Amino acid sequence: MTEEILRVENLNKYYGDWQALHDINLTLHKGEVLTLLGPSGSGKSTLIRCLNGLETFSSGAIYFKGKKIDGSSKTWQALRQKIGMVFQSYDLFPNLTVIENIMLAPVKVQKRSEKEVRAEAISLLKRVELDEYVDIYPRELSGGQKQRIAIVRALALHPEIMLFDEVTASLDPEMVRGVLQIMADLAKKDHMTMIIVTHEMNFARQIADQVLFLEDGKILENTSGKEFFAHPQTDRARDFLTSMDF
Amino acid sequence: MEHSAINVFFAGNNFARILQGLWTSVWIAALSLLIGLVLGTLLGILRTLPNKTIRFILRAYLEFFRIVPTIVLLYLVYYILPRSLHINWPASWMAVLAFSLWVSAEFSDIVRGAIESVPVTQKESGQALGLSASQLFRYVLLPQAMQLELPATINLATRVIKTTSLLMLISIMDVIAIGQQIIEANNQQYPSAVFWIYGLIFILYFAIDYPLSLWAKRLAAKQKR
Amino acid sequence: MSWQIITQSLPIFLKAFELTLWLSCVGIVCSILVGIITSLVQYFKVPILGRVLTVYVELARNTPLLIQLFFLYYAFPVIGLKMSAQVCGIIGLVFLGGAYMAEGFTGGFAGVSPSQIDDGKALGMNDLQLARYVVFPQGFALSMPALAANIIFLIKETSIFSVIAIPELTNTALDLIGMYYRSNEYLLVLVIAYAIILVPVILLLNFVERKVRYGTFGN
Repeated sequence: MTEEILRVENLNKYYGDWQALHDINLTLHKGEVLTLLGPSGSGKSTLIRCLNGLETFSSGAIYFKGKKIDGSSKTWQALRQKIGMVFQSYDLFPNLTVIENIMLAPVKVQKRSEKEVRAEAISLLKRVELDEYVDIYPRELSGGQKQRIAIVRALALHPEIMLFDEVTASLDPEMVRGVLQIMADLAKKDHMTMIIVTHEMNFARQIADQVLFLEDGKILENTSGKEFFAHPQTDRARDFLTSMDF
Repeated sequence: MEHSAINVFFAGNNFARILQGLWTSVWIAALSLLIGLVLGTLLGILRTLPNKTIRFILRAYLEFFRIVPTIVLLYLVYYILPRSLHINWPASWMAVLAFSLWVSAEFSDIVRGAIESVPVTQKESGQALGLSASQLFRYVLLPQAMQLELPATINLATRVIKTTSLLMLISIMDVIAIGQQIIEANNQQYPSAVFWIYGLIFILYFAIDYPLSLWAKRLAAKQKR
Repeated sequence: MSWQIITQSLPIFLKAFELTLWLSCVGIVCSILVGIITSLVQYFKVPILGRVLTVYVELARNTPLLIQLFFLYYAFPVIGLKMSAQVCGIIGLVFLGGAYMAEGFTGGFAGVSPSQIDDGKALGMNDLQLARYVVFPQGFALSMPALAANIIFLIKETSIFSVIAIPELTNTALDLIGMYYRSNEYLLVLVIAYAIILVPVILLLNFVERKVRYGTFGN
């Protein structure tokens, strides 16, 4: 068995009286890809936001590489350099150029040398085929280009795990493929550990080692990717796959 | 500073006179707002129409009021009306005239901005239902615009109320003018009366304007969500 | 309307014009400084000082400048604080303007979208880095329209200095009207003088506002 990266134990979250997440348990090992599936409002985004401290949780525990996270904002802030995250909103910082967006956190937060970071940023941009846009402002880019750069921006921090929260949901259809391609590439070539919230079922089937199926904040299925798509165990999961034309 | 100076509030009918002065300020502000908002709504609607000449004239009207300080507006009316046009109105009417025109200019811009920020789809779905231009304004654009513009309107009201502090300059017996009379009358007995009287007027203005500002802020925050 | 009256008065108006410009510039620069400091203290929720400044902002924004000036000029000497009219004018204008500016900057900071803040956090920034690299640069750009409106507002508010006998434009015009009884001529010069100051300022601010919008946020 490879090294454990992330473990969640009995995580519960309440908004006032309403329980958004019920007793979530999951374990993720190095190099594994976990996809969170489920209908909208099932708590997928809330869960993935809990995993890098953007949301607090009410009870339970999260362990990073076997060490329990104490939940203080300082701990989270340090940890977020190791937990990369990309959002649905593909928001780059509008006041910075592409290269400045990528270099900001490695230079200012991690205090790495500007020269080294720049070189790495450019090679990452080459990898996503956007190296001609180094000094361009985000306003001039398409949504898909912005999202690819947002992924590069997160990778430049050398994270040990990447979280993707519906990163293709607000993109135009023709932009989706390029972004998914990069994520697939990360999984296959870099063996990046990843958690992905997505509605792209074909993509999920290809990439997922493990699937968590959520509804109303509860895990209904926790199984391998193959198993989930071939033999869903619950009616709810079957209905869900049917509704997604699967 | 002798503490007893606070007695100046209660000597004779001083307190009642201050309140009476405040009333003068309040009714002038209220009447100016009322006239200004009605006129401003009309001008604001006109500014969204395609006619270029009307739009240019109304834009110039707005810019005039943007450039000229309110205190100067007040003097313009105060001197030009009787001297050049031979209209001899009481000063309070002249103040209402100056303030109403100023409010109408500022409000026309608020109305125009609000109407233009109603989504185009709203306008189009209204047209698709066969509404005429005036029906479109009456039932679709104005009601939605009015909600959008409410915080800005309340803020405009607080500015009008603050601007009533200028009324004494054209010899209207507003709260400040009466305060000055009381200060002068009591200067011998209570030299520190000036501190208390101006302090009281400061607080009175704050007591009227602060709740309004707070309301506008709450509304604006709610609209953002 | 007599042109002779107007031309004769021009040297006097020119002096007043300079004074209005000077007082406006000092008042605006100091107001921006006070506004920046106040909004930063409020942003970082500095204990006690943050509350004190919130009270200051509300008091200054919700009372007329005229009363603030009367207080400084007529009431403060009673407690032993005597200042010249111009010093009172500047202090009053900055007291008022600092609060308006602070409100504008605070509004700009609040306008930075939550997803931008999530982005910064997800990149491992601490609160200070988040403020320095995400909230302030975007927030100041967003507060440009408020800044422009406040600058115009403060220039116009200098007209209220006339009530404590500072010989700026409005006060000068009123003096001349009182002396020579030619209201039309002097009022015309007065309005034109304000237009000469404000029209270029308004055009310049519009230009800067567009520049900032496109400059910082790409073309």
